[in-house]
Amino acid sequence: MTFDDLKTTRPDLAFIAHWIRPGTHVLDVGCGDGFMMDYLQTDKGCTGYGLELADDKVLESTQRGVRVVQQDFEKGGLALFGDNSFDTVLCLSALQMMQHVEALLRDIVRVGNEAIVSFPNFAYWPHRVALLKGRMPVSKTLPYQWYDTPNVRCATIEDFRALAAEVGVEVLEYVALAEGRIVDFLPNLRGELAVFRLRKRGGEVRP
Amino acid sequence: MSSIGIVSPQTMAFAEPLPLQSGASLRDYMLMYETYGTLNADKSNAVLICHALNASHHVAGWYADDPKNVGWWDNMVGPNKPVDTNKFFVIGINNLGSCFGSTGPMHTNPATGKPYGAMFPVVTVEDWVAAQARLADRLGISQFAAVMGGSLGGMQALAWSIMYPDRLRHCVVIASTPKLSAQNIAFNDVARQAILSDPDYHGGDFYEHGVVPKNGLKVARMVGHITYLSDDDMAEKFGRKLRSMAEKGGAETAGYKFGFGIDFEIESYLRYQGDKFATYFDANTYLLITKALDYFDPARLHDGDLTRTLAKTTAKFFLASFTTDWRFSPERSREIVQALLANRREVTYAEIDAPHGHDAFLLEDPRYLSMVRAYFEQIRGQIANQPKGGTA
Repeated sequence: MTFDDLKTTRPDLAFIAHWIRPGTHVLDVGCGDGFMMDYLQTDKGCTGYGLELADDKVLESTQRGVRVVQQDFEKGGLALFGDNSFDTVLCLSALQMMQHVEALLRDIVRVGNEAIVSFPNFAYWPHRVALLKGRMPVSKTLPYQWYDTPNVRCATIEDFRALAAEVGVEVLEYVALAEGRIVDFLPNLRGELAVFRLRKRGGEVRP
Repeated sequence: MSSIGIVSPQTMAFAEPLPLQSGASLRDYMLMYETYGTLNADKSNAVLICHALNASHHVAGWYADDPKNVGWWDNMVGPNKPVDTNKFFVIGINNLGSCFGSTGPMHTNPATGKPYGAMFPVVTVEDWVAAQARLADRLGISQFAAVMGGSLGGMQALAWSIMYPDRLRHCVVIASTPKLSAQNIAFNDVARQAILSDPDYHGGDFYEHGVVPKNGLKVARMVGHITYLSDDDMAEKFGRKLRSMAEKGGAETAGYKFGFGIDFEIESYLRYQGDKFATYFDANTYLLITKALDYFDPARLHDGDLTRTLAKTTAKFFLASFTTDWRFSPERSREIVQALLANRREVTYAEIDAPHGHDAFLLEDPRYLSMVRAYFEQIRGQIANQPKGGTA
């Protein structure tokens, strides 16, 4: 898969891919159909694994040639991986579906030298408008009705920064994206997807 | 989906003695095997299938004179099946000590001119793998596309990856374990004691007495069979149903017999399975194979450190386990996965939420079979992309 393919189909992933150095060892937590790992392997020469629970996604990842480990990371699936065993751990648009976000975040920075976490920004202005109108937001990033959503942990950019500080995770960079483009002005209002680059506080700095 | 159809087994004789882990050696032995599909020109599409406890070289298809004798993995191996014999050259091989053709306890011991019986040396998983490697040598296969097995067969595949790292590109380990637990060994010993204490066992030399320790074998099989099924599966299939209900067409007069005969359906089923097993399986083979299971522990040579043990592997791995398998539970497969991950090996691991316990590895589960299919498609893609004549 070329970068252009990635950019056309998933502009958000294309942006995140810039943060991953070629040839590094990557774990994609909640890898879904393996799209991102497939790109990283074929275009950036990365190695590593996807971690996924759903049978159909594990199958799709395998069909793409992505090495995938079928485990429930809510039930300690990351215990299979040793400390600092990856250069980068990805957790892209999966965190909001987790019950135990704090424990997962600690585990992610334990197994990875760096982590990249993305989630839908609940403070995105159309969400605020929906709430002002008295209804739960339904949008492209939060496409479910309140009663059937897999997203059980909705957070804003500011919320996540606070959690990161509390669990001792250093925020190296963060951006808000809208349509895959960076939002510099009023990111917590205008960004639909929050992307954080993280490291355990006091963690090793690699070139 | 069609089966491979009519197949016929072949034998290969070996004169050079095979040194065994026990210190003994076997000479003038024979291995029974079957092949399916066609070996390609650069011999890069060979897949070795290692068998489990009561299976053999007869993996797929059936025999012309015995059409009911369908191979034990016929749902897995054949044309357009997950291990596609249109693309792969598949070898099923029978292990030493077996009662299905390869040299075993009922064959003549060249040293005495009588059946080996109790004299047949104890063989290990590693001994089997060494014998399999000799067969591969003779077939001119220097490297398998994959070595694959379930349960005890998975142990052999794992042993291949450690003993001959360069001779397999993929290692496929299904419903297996890096070593038995104390509980596993305990069940095996109950099975062995049933055989050893049968008066017809005659210290292993029952062939000369013209008898077989049928009762011992039956009990051994009953114990084993229980461990292959899950509690839920048994409850669903048999529950507390009474045999007399079936006999009387569900009549209400059916009830307990207040004796030690068969009351429950599960008793009837297990005894039937046990009796059937005792008619075709050899008692000495059962003893040998359960001991091979017990002894398998490749990490033993590295102070129990499986990560260090698997450091010498170079193959890519596919592992699968089944959530209701309590004989070789997912935890056991995860131990292997964890050690491989620590070595940064290429690993794919499917943990399939199937209801059928250990036996699931032989059954139809679409999630399981499509994962194996997807994985073998990847292997096939790699063969297609290889430079001509290359084996890497």
